[in-house]
Amino acid sequence: MHVFIETQKEYLRSDIPPFRAGDTLRVNVRVKEGEKERLQAFEGVCIAKRGSGVSETFTVRKISNGVGVERIFPIHSPMLGDVHVVRRGRVRRAKLYYLRAATGKAARIKDRKIQIARPV
Amino acid sequence: MIGIIGTKMGMTQIFNALGQQIPCTVIVAEPNPVVQVMETSKAGFASVQLGHGTQRLRRESKGKERTPRGRRATKAEVGHAKKAGLDAPPSTLRSFRLDDTQATDYVAPDVAIGQKITVEIFKVGERVKVTGTTKGRGFQGVVKRWGFGGGPNTHGNTKHRRPGSIGPGTDPSRVIKGKKMPGHYGAERHTQVNLRIEKIDVERNLIYVRGAVAGPTNGILLVRKQG
Repeated sequence: MHVFIETQKEYLRSDIPPFRAGDTLRVNVRVKEGEKERLQAFEGVCIAKRGSGVSETFTVRKISNGVGVERIFPIHSPMLGDVHVVRRGRVRRAKLYYLRAATGKAARIKDRKIQIARPV
Repeated sequence: MIGIIGTKMGMTQIFNALGQQIPCTVIVAEPNPVVQVMETSKAGFASVQLGHGTQRLRRESKGKERTPRGRRATKAEVGHAKKAGLDAPPSTLRSFRLDDTQATDYVAPDVAIGQKITVEIFKVGERVKVTGTTKGRGFQGVVKRWGFGGGPNTHGNTKHRRPGSIGPGTDPSRVIKGKKMPGHYGAERHTQVNLRIEKIDVERNLIYVRGAVAGPTNGILLVRKQG
């Protein structure tokens, strides 16, 4: 098993910042248009993370023109330009599928305060 | 060379140049020693016997040991390996026919005893067939074994996973041979053909083939070139 994990290592990306479900992300996706390649931003709430190793994925949900849109990205995909954590949210579960049905006040996510270790 | 013996390591996925995820089975194939070479002029066919893994040898002195633990190689196996110049007899021996190809311009590769076959015989993009033993599933009914639909679960029905009628009545007065019935399923040889080689890791002796292959993790697999 140890060797097996080693074989995956070369595909793992280390430049993706740590984030959790509930965080608002801006994902820059590589889009190919003919010959040209450009970055397209997709900003929304991360509602789920699943899998491990190279097959780990995350789901980002946003409301686009009043319609809910979800995209699932493999974390280690070379098609991802970069990922920015725009806001950290405080949520009480790992999968936020309830957001699909929630609107208005119920769909809000409170900010998560990050504790910074005080120097002793 | 036409093939190599390896073991299944498991499945993973890799990203190709287009950024697509490719599901892959990783096969470990340590260098296989050539144990025996059969020639058409002598044996009537051309084949090569390869070895994989090692077996423990009989102890020089048994000492106080009463019962031997684990499997140790027999004298015949030790002798067979010795002829090929190997210290330890391989745990698996498999023959690969060199002449069962449809290509007319095929030239059998030049192999000799003592040579080692490595994963380098394959190239990325090549098509291979992978033979293994499927996972044993024991005695299974027709729904799992043959994919029968089964009966309805409700509305007074009592035949849920039964096969139904198995043939006509008085006229043949027997059941046609080969009728699909419950029985032992799995644990049989299966060859998956036309699998694309996605990657070769020479350093770690790994072959990545696209898709799934038969058998459990650590199961013995034969990877052969498509003839």
